Amino acid sequence: MSSTVVILLVGSFVAASCALVGSFLVLRRLALLGDAISHAVLPGIVVAFLLTGSRAPLPMVLGAGCLGVFTVFLVEVLNRSRRLQEDASIGVVFPALFSVGVILVSSLAAQVDLDTDCVLYGDIAYAPSDVLDVGGVPIGPKALWTTGAALVVDALLVLLLYKELKVVSFDPALASSIGFSPVLVHYLLMAAVSLTVVASFESVGSILVVGMLVVPPATAYLLTERLGVMLLLAVAIGVGSSAAGYAFARWYECSIGGAMAAAAGLAFVASALASPRHGLLARYLKHRRLGARLAGHLVLLHLSGRAAEGERRGLGPRDLEARFRWGRVRTARVLGRLEAQGLIEPAAAGLRITPAGERAVEQAGTAALADRR
Amino acid sequence: MTSRLEEMAAAGGSPAGAAAIGPLPVEVHDLTVAYGTQPVLWDVDLTLPEGHLIAVVGPNGAGKSTLLKAIVGLVRPITGWVKVYGEPYERRRSWVGYTPQRESVDWDFPTSALDVVTMGLYGRVGWFRRPSRRHREMALACLEKLGIRDLAGRQISQLSGGQQQRVFLARALAQEARLYLMDEPFAGVDATTEKAVLSLLQDLRREGKTVVAVHHDLQTVAEYFDHVVLLNLRLVAAGPVATTFTPENIHRAYGGRPTGLSQAAEALLSRRPPGGGP
Repeated sequence: MSSTVVILLVGSFVAASCALVGSFLVLRRLALLGDAISHAVLPGIVVAFLLTGSRAPLPMVLGAGCLGVFTVFLVEVLNRSRRLQEDASIGVVFPALFSVGVILVSSLAAQVDLDTDCVLYGDIAYAPSDVLDVGGVPIGPKALWTTGAALVVDALLVLLLYKELKVVSFDPALASSIGFSPVLVHYLLMAAVSLTVVASFESVGSILVVGMLVVPPATAYLLTERLGVMLLLAVAIGVGSSAAGYAFARWYECSIGGAMAAAAGLAFVASALASPRHGLLARYLKHRRLGARLAGHLVLLHLSGRAAEGERRGLGPRDLEARFRWGRVRTARVLGRLEAQGLIEPAAAGLRITPAGERAVEQAGTAALADRR
Repeated sequence: MTSRLEEMAAAGGSPAGAAAIGPLPVEVHDLTVAYGTQPVLWDVDLTLPEGHLIAVVGPNGAGKSTLLKAIVGLVRPITGWVKVYGEPYERRRSWVGYTPQRESVDWDFPTSALDVVTMGLYGRVGWFRRPSRRHREMALACLEKLGIRDLAGRQISQLSGGQQQRVFLARALAQEARLYLMDEPFAGVDATTEKAVLSLLQDLRREGKTVVAVHHDLQTVAEYFDHVVLLNLRLVAAGPVATTFTPENIHRAYGGRPTGLSQAAEALLSRRPPGGGP
């Protein structure tokens, strides 16, 4: 297997598994918990290493998984004490656990072939060269196995517990009342997050993992209004970003993980700008359309008022410009649109409102009243 | 306690009174609940009869929502127990439909009105299985009953507050329960929704179901409900509206709290013909 294929596969596995569990983190406003877990598992990894004396994936994942669930438990306890908010609880717990890990690693550094760098800043570029042996037989890159296994577990979790994850995320009180324990589902999800983070970050680095947990789901969240679509989109965006990032890194000769995370970030920026409903662009356009409609309406009201007062002379653009202080360009645009709609017409010395314009004023008035009711 | 005897009598005399022979929908015994060190319910003894529309009223922080949560096991009591139709709640889940406050969920969640109503059927679908086409049709029928079938595919953030409330009640309806617990079904809804909710409650009563609703508007208690529970940390009174929703009891429930008092006074005035002061 060529190293390009291995890197692309590992990147895709990481992106897909992170997107699946990360989507639920984002929806439950627990995005930071992924970050916390990815750091807090360090002591678990160290202890697993000390106990087994090897860097075999299984004990490491188990050790990290225990610490991940323990992190969640501690955060819950602090949170439930009602003395700390969720974010503060997370902020207290993970540096504490992480520091224990750092102390363990640094004090045992002499005997231990392990350092914080390799755990936190793993590099996907080395994924192809770290081959897993089973009984002395090489069975392919280790990263491929660990990230692939994490993806299988996450996919199974989401397939089997899709409805449970959905109801627990949306309405935990209902879920509990109909017998789907939110606590149980929460811990299952968090165990999956721990597993995913640990399986991934040794091969791709923790920053990339945290990025992949949060950014593609957040991007997908902006683009759709269906949970199922959001999950698929998040996976697609994650996989696409890792492929695009790899291509860029090859061309620009920079860090592959960094480029992958940056690609995901770009995807987010693009969707934050251009998303059909939540996007800044859509909002700006909507705002402008509303502004234009209101401006036209103001002109109509003004002209209608003059007509009601028996003023026969029309009003020139100059007068309207002075009246509303819109500047020449905007006034011309507003008037042009009204004239094109047949709501105003040229008259003796300027513009006057047409019968259609009067009707529009009337309708807008009742519509405004209806809104208020 | 006289109120308890009255309830028994009321249950016996109601159209669905046959069930009075069997266990009552809700029995609460010595219930005390606290959040941290702050008690929210103090030594509450209460039974609720079958086949009635029951309002739970009391000032803010009186423990109304907590009472419902304690019934469905969402909060763990410090002392006391709750039975639902004579059994612990866990064994009666399928008999109960619980609707939390509308504000308790995130309405930006990426899901449709139909999806939310279908969640009411998840308990019946069971672990691991997916809801079937038949479940979807049942959910659609419930939306229809609340007059919002045409909104089935709408993303829930695009519904008005009243429509969201109706989606929640359609979900409760989908649960096909015997006992419905609703946390503020009338809170912050428009007139159309208020009517829809009221007629839903009356339909449920006609079918012999029991509805327990946390209610804020004292002036409509007598009009909408036939049974009332007055709560203020402790149980103040419980029984038929006609005999229990009295000025004395309302005053005892709301007394000492200025805002509650003025609201209570308004309710009293609305219950009395002009000129017929206390």
